Parts: sequence; structure tokens; C-alpha cells
Amino acid sequence: MVPLKLAIVGSGPAGFYTASRLLEKVPNAVVDMYEALPVPFGLSRFGVAPDHPEVKNCQDKFVQVAEAPHFRFVGNVCIGRDLTLKSLKDNYNSVVFAYGSSQDRLLNVPGEELPGVFSAREFVGWYNGVPELRALNPPLQDAEDVVIVGNGNVALDVARILLADPTRLKSTDIGEHAYDVLRKSKVKNVRIVGRRGLLQSAFTNKEIRELINEPGTMMKPLADVYINHYKPFVPFLERPIKRLVQIVEKARTNSNDQIAKANQGQGSLPSKQWSLEYLLSPQRFYASSSNPNILSSTLFEVNTLLQKDIKSPSVCRGTGETKSFKTELAFRSIGYKSLPLPGSAELGIPFDEQSGRIPNELGRIAGVPGFYVSGWVKNGPTGVIAKTMWDAFEVAETVLEDLYSHKLDTSSKPGYEGVLPEIKSQPVSWTDWLKIDQEETSRGAAQGKPRAKFTSVNDMLSVL
Amino acid sequence: MTLRLISKLASPSALRRCALASSKSQAFGTASLLQRSAIRNAVSGPGGNIYTARSLHTTAIAHHGHVHKPNPGEELHVTFITKEGEQIQLEVAEGDNLLDIAQAHNMDMEGACGGSCACSTCHVIVDPDYYDKMEEPDDDENDMLDLAFGLTETSRLGCQIKMTKELDGVRVALPAMTRNLQARDFQ
Repeated sequence: MVPLKLAIVGSGPAGFYTASRLLEKVPNAVVDMYEALPVPFGLSRFGVAPDHPEVKNCQDKFVQVAEAPHFRFVGNVCIGRDLTLKSLKDNYNSVVFAYGSSQDRLLNVPGEELPGVFSAREFVGWYNGVPELRALNPPLQDAEDVVIVGNGNVALDVARILLADPTRLKSTDIGEHAYDVLRKSKVKNVRIVGRRGLLQSAFTNKEIRELINEPGTMMKPLADVYINHYKPFVPFLERPIKRLVQIVEKARTNSNDQIAKANQGQGSLPSKQWSLEYLLSPQRFYASSSNPNILSSTLFEVNTLLQKDIKSPSVCRGTGETKSFKTELAFRSIGYKSLPLPGSAELGIPFDEQSGRIPNELGRIAGVPGFYVSGWVKNGPTGVIAKTMWDAFEVAETVLEDLYSHKLDTSSKPGYEGVLPEIKSQPVSWTDWLKIDQEETSRGAAQGKPRAKFTSVNDMLSVL
Repeated sequence: MTLRLISKLASPSALRRCALASSKSQAFGTASLLQRSAIRNAVSGPGGNIYTARSLHTTAIAHHGHVHKPNPGEELHVTFITKEGEQIQLEVAEGDNLLDIAQAHNMDMEGACGGSCACSTCHVIVDPDYYDKMEEPDDDENDMLDLAFGLTETSRLGCQIKMTKELDGVRVALPAMTRNLQARDFQ
């Protein structure tokens, strides 16, 4: 049988789960996975919080995939920089884009460009050791009050890392550079702000419960004004959201008890506190007059939520009323978007600027036979790894469907041998990665950590 | 050749016969390896896959190493209902969990977090008669179940269900998450 040569662009969960299903189900599949960095696993390495090592167990499966006979990892090759997309098209039967989302959605409000406003995506990348974000160094030593705009799990990760006792993080694979900055942090009050109400929160129950239970911190009781908004809907809620309400209300009761006791002189309140704030849209960030690196405050417009009943969509309207929070640092955490790969327009690959993803039908890019898309560049930046996995399996089924209904070019293609002479960088193989991995884990072991990550591409390559 | 023979054996009707036979027979003796291979192959599709191709030469259970061989006379039984609606009964040891059992038999169940209750990929739907015999899921499991697709009243995570004598005979269904196309669907 003539091998079917498939190129996957990106080595995160979407790329690996797609590869896994393709290798399982297409007997003659040969999968080459291209990764811009020398190291694999995408957001499993660079996105999952360092204190969530169990979530990274998905990498065990990825290793299993990588060791399959017809799989090749091609690291340190950025498509569009070190190798053209056209070259992939010419040398493979099929190309799957699984390169994720590398840009922020913007708030588009005045002051967003100030040095005191950070991207949550960049902050996460910084503490997780993304090479190009290593130098971010947010001035945590100058900040007490933090505002996080957006309330997805990334926002909660940022809050947890900012509030956690750094010694708890010492034994994780958090970047050394980040650990040193976090140790000097003065942050003691974090507000997580959503545009709509509690029922529209984007975080998951696991993450909010974890933040509520973070030692040495207290969730400030949810304000009455936010509660009044959702109360009428409670009897009609689905199970997950009903649990969310229970979790937050229980935390509110506990905090109120704690506060009452403290007022009676029994015990003191944790110095680090945080709150969920709702029905607020940022209007403007104000710089500090004394320190150019930080802010002084954030101005919000108060929203009202119009929702006839539980089945109708909730519509958010500004009331004209404003509210201001003292803020030294703000984090923008309202989602990511993908970018088109250089050279994709020339090949007729569409891109929806509005949603920041590639339009597709079950992963198939319409009008461009042989091209598919998986993960966040397909769906937008949402969902936990399980969702990306199911979705990647679905994409593989789409490839399979096209293969068996003869919509794929199945002629003999050169694959990696064909593109190799055109690669402008030094490709990193799986065996090379294992050397880097070995070095990182043994350096980590010496410090009582699962891994001490290299945070520059040169350091990674110097092991080889 | 062996592969081809087994995949023929694994037609749905043959599989049902296998499942039925094994549920009736007390011993999971000489035919069991072949049955398991047939089941494996039926689940992963004709031609096998990268994993089954490897495990056909050894034994799947030894390969995975997470489950125990039941002591003679102490076998417990679990029936998995696959996404295709096939019923597969297995003899298992007390203490093993459903995720490890399913993976040891190369059933189509993922355990993305390695069974640490940090994802929802091993979601199973439990026969209500048995659901009530289980302990209530804890908060950690409920957090993950909240993210499971097609959550039902009797949903659980396979990694959190350990086989006990009370659960002998338990039946669980694997939720159908994706299409599962096979070459034969197009022939």
C-alpha cells in the first residue's frame, strides 16, 4: 500500500490526539508533526498551571503516539519561517493545522496599552517558561490590588498563582525566573471581573473550588447585587451550573462566618483576599502618576443583564453608571485568537478575522482539499483538554471519511524527505527532545522538582 | 493472516456470540485469548492499530500492567456496552478500576489524566441498579462529571469505580462521543 503522508502543524494536545486517531485508524498513515519550538506538547507544557501536574498526564499518551513506528516529530521548524506552507502542501497528501491561538482578544479601551496592563496569556506563558515571554517580569513587587478582566479558567489560574504562597509552587515545574518574582510579590487583593453575571461565568467548577480552597486566602463574600440577579433562575438550572451556585454560596457563608468571628476578636482574616465581580465592563485604565510601570485605577461601566427566562440568551447592557477599583496591575483574560499562517492566503486557505479561526466543517477546510484544522484554531480558545481530545478524534474521522470516499489525493508523496532540503533551521527529532527532556528532569530532580524547564531556545539546543 | 482471521471473527454477530458464550461459561479458559483479541479488534477496527498490532504478540494485560488477574473462584464480572452497542463481559479482580480494566482490554476508553480524576475522558454510564450500590461521587469527581459530555443521572468516571463484590455483574455503557468510521462502512 502506498503510504499516506500527513503533516500536522503544532504539537499540543490537538495535534497529538489527531495524530493518535489517524495512526490508529489509517493503516498506511505516516504522520510528521511540525513544531516551532524544540520542545513538544504545546499548552500541556506551556499552558497547564504548574500546580496541576495531573492534567499533564495526557503527555503519557502523547509519548506513546510519538513512539509509534510511523510518527516523526520535527521540532524547531516554524511553518512560514523555517519552511513554507506551500512546501508542506507539495510534499504531503494532507495537512492538519493544530497550531492553536497565539494572540489575545483586545478590550479596545483607553489605557489598555499601558505598561501596567498585562495579557493573561503572556503571564501564563511567562511563569510556564515560554522562551519569548521569559523577560515579561510583571512588577508584582509594586502591586497590591490586581484586576483580572475576564473569568475563564485562565483568569482563575492567574489569580491562584498571584495569591498562592510561593513556597507551595517551589516544588512544581514553574520557571525559576517567575518563582523569584512571585516571592517578592506584594499582591494581596485580586478582583476577577466579568461582564455578565455569575451564571455566565466561564470558569469550571474544579477551578473555582480550587481557588476557594487556596490556603492562606479568602474569597470575599459575593455581593448581594450579583446574587439578586441570578436567584430567580436557580430552580431551573442544569446540574453543573447549579453546583457552581452551591459552591459559591457555600464559600460566601464560610467567609461571612470567618468575618463575623474576626469582628468578635476570634482569629484574623487572611491577608490575601479575592473576589468575583460581575456586571462590569472596563472603560479605562489609569496610569499611576508616581510609578510608570503600574496603574492607579480601573474604571468600569456597570451593566445590567436582560434575560426574559432561563432559555433566552442573556443580553448585557451598559447603564451609564460607573464604578472604579484601585488597581496597580490589570490582566486581560477575555480569550485568545489564532492567526493565519504565512502563505495560507496564497493557497486559498480562508481565515475568519472576526472569530480568529479557520472556517471549517467538522475540521475540513472547505474548498481546499487535503487541508484540515483541529483544536483551538478550529473552535476558538475554549474547552478543557478532554474537549480538544474528542474534537481531535472527530477531525480524524473527517480525514478518514474523505480518504474512504476518495476525496483525498492518495498518490505517492515524498513527505519529510521532500521538505528536508528546504528547512532553514536545525530540525529537532524526538530522540533530540528526549535528551532535552532528560536534562530538564535531572536538573529538576536536583532541586526537588519534576522538571526545571529551559527557558530559551538556545539553552534547549545546547543540550544536543 | 492472523490479523485477517481475527477481524473476520469479530463481526458484530460473532462478537455477540463471544460475549454471550463468555457470560455463560464459568471458565474464561482456552478460548479467552482469542475472544479478547476478537474484541480488541472489533473495537479498534479491521487491520488493528498501532497499539493492538503490538499487543497481539504479547498479552494485553501484561502489557498494560495496571490490572490484576483474578484469583480462581474470586472472579468478578463487568459488562461494557461499547459505542457500537456490543456487550463485552470481562472477568476481573476485586480492587481494579474500570478505566484500567477497559484499557487493559484495549477498549475505546481514554484516560487523559492517567486516572487521577482530573479529566472526564473515562466517563461511563452505569446501570441504575448498580449505581445505587456505589458510594456517592466526591466533589472532585463531580467537578469532572460536570464537564462530561452527555452527562446522565448515573454517570461516573471509570477511574473512580473500583470493583467490589457488591458490584459483581455491573454493566456500564461508554458514551458515543464521535463518529467511529471503519473502512467497511465505505465498501
